[in-house]
Amino acid sequence: MPDDVPETGRRPAGKQVLGPEEIRRALTRIGHEILERTEGAADVVLLGIPTRGVPLARRLARRLTETEGVSIPVGSLDITLYRDDLRLRPARTLGHTEVPPAGIDGRIVVLVDDVLFSGRTVRAALDALGDLGRPRAVQLAVLVDRGHRELPIRPDYVGKNLPTATREEVRVRLTEVDGEDSVTLVAGGQAAR
Amino acid sequence: MNRHLISAADLSLDDAVAILDTAEELARLAERPIPKLPTLRGRTVVNLFYEDSTRTRISFEAAAKRLSADVINFSAKGSSVAKGESLKDTALTLQAMGADAVVIRHGGSGAPYQLTNWIAGSVVNAGDGTHEHPTQALLDAFTMRRRLGRLDGLRVAIVGDILHSRVARSNVWLLHTLGASVVLVAPPTLLPVAVGAWPCSVSYDLSAVLPQCDVVMMLRVQNERMTDAYFPSVREYSRRYGLDDERMGLLPAHAIVMHPGPMNRGVEITADVADSPRSTIVEQVTNGVSVRMAVLYLLLGGTEAR
Repeated sequence: MPDDVPETGRRPAGKQVLGPEEIRRALTRIGHEILERTEGAADVVLLGIPTRGVPLARRLARRLTETEGVSIPVGSLDITLYRDDLRLRPARTLGHTEVPPAGIDGRIVVLVDDVLFSGRTVRAALDALGDLGRPRAVQLAVLVDRGHRELPIRPDYVGKNLPTATREEVRVRLTEVDGEDSVTLVAGGQAAR
Repeated sequence: MNRHLISAADLSLDDAVAILDTAEELARLAERPIPKLPTLRGRTVVNLFYEDSTRTRISFEAAAKRLSADVINFSAKGSSVAKGESLKDTALTLQAMGADAVVIRHGGSGAPYQLTNWIAGSVVNAGDGTHEHPTQALLDAFTMRRRLGRLDGLRVAIVGDILHSRVARSNVWLLHTLGASVVLVAPPTLLPVAVGAWPCSVSYDLSAVLPQCDVVMMLRVQNERMTDAYFPSVREYSRRYGLDDERMGLLPAHAIVMHPGPMNRGVEITADVADSPRSTIVEQVTNGVSVRMAVLYLLLGGTEAR
């Protein structure tokens, strides 16, 4: 979720909640749950939400391939143009949207993001999906669910439930983007919202 | 980015690259089943056209509509302008109607800049007199980058009526910012006096320039602005400065041929060249919509108060 994007290259001060091993195990478990819930993940398309949802989706796809030998289409879905808070900040840079060539019609789309917070990013993603095609079902996988939902949205797969205060920040760092794997809880001074 | 887009010369390298990158993402959206985005819902874009235009006006209209903005088209013909209303009074009317952006084309150089004094929203220059046409330059740069993969170090020849061409001015500034080198090719009568101060070189010999070009951009001979005798005859102009098959053969194999349109087939460009696979003329129109979407998004997509 872009709201929680820290500056890359700087290790945030705060309490580390997940380390590389825990992130790996959480993704492995989510992978197994996806296989169970979707009966072998035959029709699954993984769509990561930029920035950090995209490497997470790729990692999940690799897990599924390793465990079940199935090849899962992976893509990315930028939701910037669908945000409901565009007018609150200067125009944002667009992320990259890349839908697998086979499309999403009739498939089970699993949206992948790093942190689930207000649910507004997911709402925007659902709107964006509606313009891309008509999936059979849409599910949601997140590495961290930090609570404080502002919309009737719930995740299907959760790496870690993390009780937080609204003022706190959850910072997810991933090797592909930030050079290391970690999830840190930072006491909020200047909350990023 | 500034609140207005008046001149390509105002764009920094970062601004220009941001527009091109945004346009690249938006271009991919055009391939989707529903090429429409909710981003500018509730925003009003006014197309204020004091001069004739087909592709620019339609392109801006399509761009605004794909972003879900409301579009009001205003052309000087058939409006109060025909009764003698001044630009300022028209501007105040638009302001009172709550226009978030005004896209203006005007015969007077500097009219869009004037407009910024009277309008609270963003002003986008869609061509003012012989001054600038920044979105055309942006879509030209976008087309070059898509076709040739880069802009830095490209060698671009702009050929024809530089004197009256706002497209040439905008392109010279933008391409300079983006790291390309520009050579203007024209008869001395069709070059502005101040050309020495522009960041480009000048040549009078098209055939000598072509072998070193990655891009050749042919400009229209603007008959409506040809009030003096700038060249002896159209035929002579076309022999010396027109692009035909034989001259196109002098270009390196990868080079592309551009034209901002509308073309005078048989004058500055022959039909064979215009329809050849090297010509990007139709692509330029398609790219125009993506680039204008990017400009509207970057100007209107964020906070109002900046």
